[in-house]
Amino acid sequence: MSTVIKSQTEVAKARSAQPNPRRDLSDKAIRNLFIFPTLVLLIAINVFPLIYSLYLSFTNYSAIANKQPVWIGFENFGRVLSDDRMWEFFSTTGQYVLFSVLLQLIIGFALAMLVRDKFFGSGLVTTLILVPMMLSPVVVGLFWKLMYNPTFGYVNYLLGFSNPSLAPDWLASRWAGQPTPGLALWAVIFVDVWMWTPFVMLLILSGLKAIPDYLYEAAAIDRASAWFQFWRITLPQVAPLMMIAILFRTIEAFNKSFDLVMGMTGGGPGTQTEVVAVTLYKQAFQGQWQTGRASALAYMVLIIIIAISNLYIRNLNRMKEGA
Amino acid sequence: MAAFEETGPRNPVTESIRVDKVHPRARFMKNARAILVLILALIGLIPVVAMGLTAFKSRADVVAVPPKLAFEPTLEGFVFLLTERSQLSGSKLEEAKANADDLGLFGQIALRNGQRVNGPSDYVTRLWNSLIIAGGSTIISVVLGLFAAYAFSRFDIPGKDDLLFFILSTRMLPAVVVTIPLFLMFRQLGLFDTHLGMILLYTVFNLSLTVWLLKGFIDEIPREYEEAALVDGYTRFQAFYKIVLPQAATGIAATTVFSLIFAWNEYAFALMLTSNNARTAPPAIATMLGRGGIEWSAIAAGTLTFLIPVVIITFVLRRHLLRGVTFGAIRQ
Repeated sequence: MSTVIKSQTEVAKARSAQPNPRRDLSDKAIRNLFIFPTLVLLIAINVFPLIYSLYLSFTNYSAIANKQPVWIGFENFGRVLSDDRMWEFFSTTGQYVLFSVLLQLIIGFALAMLVRDKFFGSGLVTTLILVPMMLSPVVVGLFWKLMYNPTFGYVNYLLGFSNPSLAPDWLASRWAGQPTPGLALWAVIFVDVWMWTPFVMLLILSGLKAIPDYLYEAAAIDRASAWFQFWRITLPQVAPLMMIAILFRTIEAFNKSFDLVMGMTGGGPGTQTEVVAVTLYKQAFQGQWQTGRASALAYMVLIIIIAISNLYIRNLNRMKEGA
Repeated sequence: MAAFEETGPRNPVTESIRVDKVHPRARFMKNARAILVLILALIGLIPVVAMGLTAFKSRADVVAVPPKLAFEPTLEGFVFLLTERSQLSGSKLEEAKANADDLGLFGQIALRNGQRVNGPSDYVTRLWNSLIIAGGSTIISVVLGLFAAYAFSRFDIPGKDDLLFFILSTRMLPAVVVTIPLFLMFRQLGLFDTHLGMILLYTVFNLSLTVWLLKGFIDEIPREYEEAALVDGYTRFQAFYKIVLPQAATGIAATTVFSLIFAWNEYAFALMLTSNNARTAPPAIATMLGRGGIEWSAIAAGTLTFLIPVVIITFVLRRHLLRGVTFGAIRQ
């Protein structure tokens, strides 16, 4: 027995001393074989369009006109920046992102604290809570349009408005016939919160479950109050994952808000719920198909997202160092 | 009980296999918490339940004021959703009614509205497209992601961290930024409105996720397993699929669910990069609004049929999801 082990170690030693050229080659070949398809696909479908749209943003190109792009310098950017309505759209987007992410964080955290410890049926209940995020955002938007309907929708019925003429028409920003600005935006934010709170909860929950028990045991020995334990143990330990949740939701609120808003209001009434993603779609694929100008706007959105992401990531790193 | 409170630990025992040892207040709190969570979950589900009800309502019941909670269920919505119909009039209607017994279930339901079923609707094709595109892209992105994740986890790669960040950052790009050049590129390459084009696109957008998730899982599998296999004469590839693959099953399951949810529900790309041939279900459901009045029950039926597969898969794999979402970075 011992000789067998010895001979095996000897073989292994011999191998490591004189690396088998064929095996080394095949390791390298396998490495390349494994990585290249992924990298090639990513570069082909992601990097090229990115560079090309940067180029287009400096041209007057329109995808439906049969003309070559003509270089016009910074004109597109100038036009976007000097368009008063654009500031309105950015402010709408800002409100949308800020309030929906904030509410998701508060409610998601509370839910995660509630389902943190197992109880009978907690797996099933957690799955039920997750259902909204499995739906297709555009379909969710469409469906909430029915829910919000002032006459036969469920929302007003459940809130106890029995007379349609006195009830709010949420998506039209009207309360009992009177224009009430902001109502539609809040209605859209509410749906975003309903849909994505489960995602935030899932992230925070996985953070909560990873907190080692001994921290709480030590705190209990020191007779720390529950409040103290929450502020000094739970919150700092969960903070990194909470930041990731905020980062993901902020980026997604810029991107995915398109699906939801298109399904529910299409940006209306007027431009009250027109977030930048919808503007972008309208510029690029409707009316005059101003591809160049839409590209310029898209790049500005991208820069904003990168700036916000960097801010978050820097905060996250500082938090990790502090912990 | 008074004795317990005098002699017991200051913090009440909250968990014990002996029920009589758990402090009654702690037991009460636990039950109260469970009930509160259940109530909150049910409130969150009200819209989904409302959708389920709407799917089985007749056209008149959908727009009833106030909304009806008790109604006679009908499959009208599903008939509208799944079939193409034409209106019958006069003698043809009488004739059809006389032969009603020969019709299938859907035919009879359509007949009640004076319609004849001519064949399956576009939605059936769209659903089929969704299956091909979401299924295809999920499989490809998980397989490619698995290979790449293994390589990133086990081999020395120059500039590894930068490459990984590059892969992740492709997901941060707003879809709208890349759609316009993608549209132009796809048109040029003949990929516009094709299944292949959409599969490639969704694969790329999921790859960033699958590589990162799976790398986290493979990192946790001890290298010694493969090294032992290599010493015993396995080739690298055999060691990969005989040792690593079975160990990474949990991670593969979680990754598959996340990829599937994204590809299954994606709307913006599908709207802008397909028109008829490869259009998936989400934009199709959204455009159902346009055809002669709003068929709410058909929309609800479409949403419901579209949701159920994902819910079932998620429920089956729910244990893996919690780990999956943290990129496998946190050990449980």
